[in-house]
Amino acid sequence: MAEPASTVTLTIDGQSVTVPANTTILEAARSIGVDIPTICAHDATTPRGLCRLCVVDINRGRLLQPACIVPCQDGMVVETANERVRTSRRTILEMLHSAVDLSQAPAIQRYMAEYGADPQRFPEGRRREHPVLDDNAFYIRDYNKCVMCWRCMQVCAEDAQYIFALSIDARGFSSHITTAFDIPMPESTCVFCGQCVGVCPTNALKPKIEWGLEQGLSPDQIRETSRGMRRRQKPIRVE
Amino acid sequence: MVDQTSPELVTLERLAADFAGRGRDALLPALWAVQTAYGYIGPEAVRVLSQTLDIPEADIYGVIGFYSMFYDRPAGRTIIRVCTSPSCGLAGADRALHTLCDRLGTVPGGTTPDGQYTVEQTTCLGLCEHAPAALVSRQGAGEQQYAPIDIDAILAGQPGHHNGVIGSMTRVLLRDLPTDRAQTLAEYGEYVALQRALSDLMPEEVIAKIEASGLVGRGGAAFPTGLKWSFTRRAPGTPHYVVCNADESEPGTFKDRVLLEIRPHLLLEGLAICAYAIGAEQAYIFIRGEYPLATERLQQAIAEAEAAGYLGENILGSGFSLHVEVRRGAGAYICGEETALFEAIEGKRGYPRIKPPFPTTHGLFGKPTVINNVETLCKVPGIINRGGRWFRQWGTDLSTGIKLVAVSGHVQRPGVYEIPLGVTLRHVLEALCGGVVGELQAVLMGGAAGTFLRPEEIDVRLTFEDLRAIGSTLGSGAIMVFNDTVDLRDVLRRIGEFFQHESCGKCYPCQLGTQRQKEILDRLATPLPGDRQRLADIGQTMTESSLCGLGQTAAAAVLSAMRQWPELFPA
Ligand code: SF4
Ligand code: SF4
Ligand code: SF4
Ligand code: FES
Ligand code: FES
Repeated sequence: MAEPASTVTLTIDGQSVTVPANTTILEAARSIGVDIPTICAHDATTPRGLCRLCVVDINRGRLLQPACIVPCQDGMVVETANERVRTSRRTILEMLHSAVDLSQAPAIQRYMAEYGADPQRFPEGRRREHPVLDDNAFYIRDYNKCVMCWRCMQVCAEDAQYIFALSIDARGFSSHITTAFDIPMPESTCVFCGQCVGVCPTNALKPKIEWGLEQGLSPDQIRETSRGMRRRQKPIRVE
Repeated sequence: MVDQTSPELVTLERLAADFAGRGRDALLPALWAVQTAYGYIGPEAVRVLSQTLDIPEADIYGVIGFYSMFYDRPAGRTIIRVCTSPSCGLAGADRALHTLCDRLGTVPGGTTPDGQYTVEQTTCLGLCEHAPAALVSRQGAGEQQYAPIDIDAILAGQPGHHNGVIGSMTRVLLRDLPTDRAQTLAEYGEYVALQRALSDLMPEEVIAKIEASGLVGRGGAAFPTGLKWSFTRRAPGTPHYVVCNADESEPGTFKDRVLLEIRPHLLLEGLAICAYAIGAEQAYIFIRGEYPLATERLQQAIAEAEAAGYLGENILGSGFSLHVEVRRGAGAYICGEETALFEAIEGKRGYPRIKPPFPTTHGLFGKPTVINNVETLCKVPGIINRGGRWFRQWGTDLSTGIKLVAVSGHVQRPGVYEIPLGVTLRHVLEALCGGVVGELQAVLMGGAAGTFLRPEEIDVRLTFEDLRAIGSTLGSGAIMVFNDTVDLRDVLRRIGEFFQHESCGKCYPCQLGTQRQKEILDRLATPLPGDRQRLADIGQTMTESSLCGLGQTAAAAVLSAMRQWPELFPA
């Protein structure tokens, strides 16, 4: 059997590009300055192909393909922003905006403008509504802002911490991130490492201090409420 | 709530002990055991299972939340689910649901104050030929099907029933008696095809026979079966697995249920031949949780076959062994998607995986796997016995052999019919089903994920290629018939509801699109300006950008209705 070629050459938006085999289309595009929008992809997490904002047209196939996942192949002809691609991206953004509070997700806001997405496209659409959860001393969870990118859950599990405090309940539009039986964070296995807060792209997870200041609390007041919560916190479970 | 020393906890621990040491893939059976015994799966049960199976509690909670037949808090001791998908909708399901709720003094989704009954609306139960249908779960006793719904019998705790209308032009799978119970092993006969394969044929020769028959998958995707087997046989890595997809849940589809209920040995023999051909010693049959009768009959048939030496260790002294395990789903259409089905068996939320890699190399537990539909496997013994040429006497070059179709809605005799591929839809409706009730308005081919045909199109031949040529699909063989008294907007509303209910939520186009599509279909009679373009954009986005087949077909019926009856969709 022949050695697999170590590089491949493909065309992206008319430009020829040669990259190492196993490079994703997203990486190849970036290497020549072609920008493809992404929401769920993150360097610290295993790609799951959830948001589909990164879809591109490969060889005019029946389906569009996620650039963050699909590896480059020799001779591929990739179009990253033709009409089909733009319709999908615009519609996904419009549907997302009608369901989720994106006010603190500047990157997604920029994409909305770039793709001409109408924030009012889906009037009367059901929104994802959740009470803001302020149950621990370190961060708040405002799932009204959650875009279900899974990153928090992934870093809490096999992608980093192996703590498994988070999962997803329900299905479809109703699915949402939560703990087992919706228990408060301190009663879960959470060790408050803060990894989840660090990867959240929408500020659905936010450090307590930042949130407190936004609520108009003084640093002293924030420290005071946090101290109370810290006392209630159970010791970390040691297995 | 159960405290630390309560008898319930002791029982829970005893129950969990049955699954100890089996690992994560025992989760679904363990959850079923708890659900059936207690009527729900609460925090104590999750804690015990987490320790027994070494699975994080949050993960178990996530799995419970994924399946609609699992409850994380107490529901009624009897749970009555009424199907409101299209065929049941035509047959008065809404009325039955409301009568039932009125009699019990509750509302859909509610539980009676005494905790006795919960009533829910659900999507297709695979009993469409006896619409309207209901599925009842009783704490401590499990599930029963009622079709058509008999409220008095349900409330009196009497057993449910349904009897198939079965017709056959070709008399291969559905020949002979009985049709109202499972064929016993004595009636079915000695697994002749399996014996022949084991004694006379190398695995490659078995595969060659299947390839020669031109058989393609009967679950909807129509992939060549022999090719799938040969890819898997050659794939590196051990062990290899065979999985039978008996998670038939496409609205309007019930042919696999009939095969499972009356011809279980045909399936088992096909499964064993497949396992021999691809070098597998372990097989799983994943069957939807809504099919209790089929599950029970299949279990009995497996026991019979094992006792006779057709399954188990060293089959018929050949040195080939095969263990067959039945796994029950728990209410999730998406688990019919092959990779989601693997995840479900592995004890996870039934999310589809990204493909490639494909199951032939990375299937169940990441190993080479053949996954075939029930009807596909049922074709195998005949082909081994009588050859590929025999199978090709029916059908066309591109669509060989026979096919089961499931007809429901406005025909005189709804039921399952075995046809040679290539007969016309008109022949099925008029000759086999005794004609349309009333004036034909529309036929939905291929179920909720299929497309609508108009009355002038029913002379189409039922083959994969003829239907594709007119932009339609044979799919799994579901044919739903609507006469001119039906408001097609109501049918579309039920289809929208189905996809909204069944989207797994993994990828955005479908997670968001099925919700927005449903909202627009709900208001078709009083649309907002711009709704037609909204539907078109959602449809295109779901079709082209979704991760799996569910999202890629969730707008198919709507888009076809927009082409066929533009007047239903004001701009
Ligand atoms: S802070 Fe808690 S929930 Fe977040 S990643 Fe760390 S352990 Fe997991
Ligand atoms: S909370 Fe943040 S990180 Fe977690 S899924 Fe939602 S948006 Fe993503
Ligand atoms: S298309 Fe739908 S069912 Fe399939 S992965 Fe996406 S959300 Fe889930
Ligand atoms: S970035 Fe590729 S699917 Fe989300
Ligand atoms: S059982 Fe109700 S539509 Fe199939």
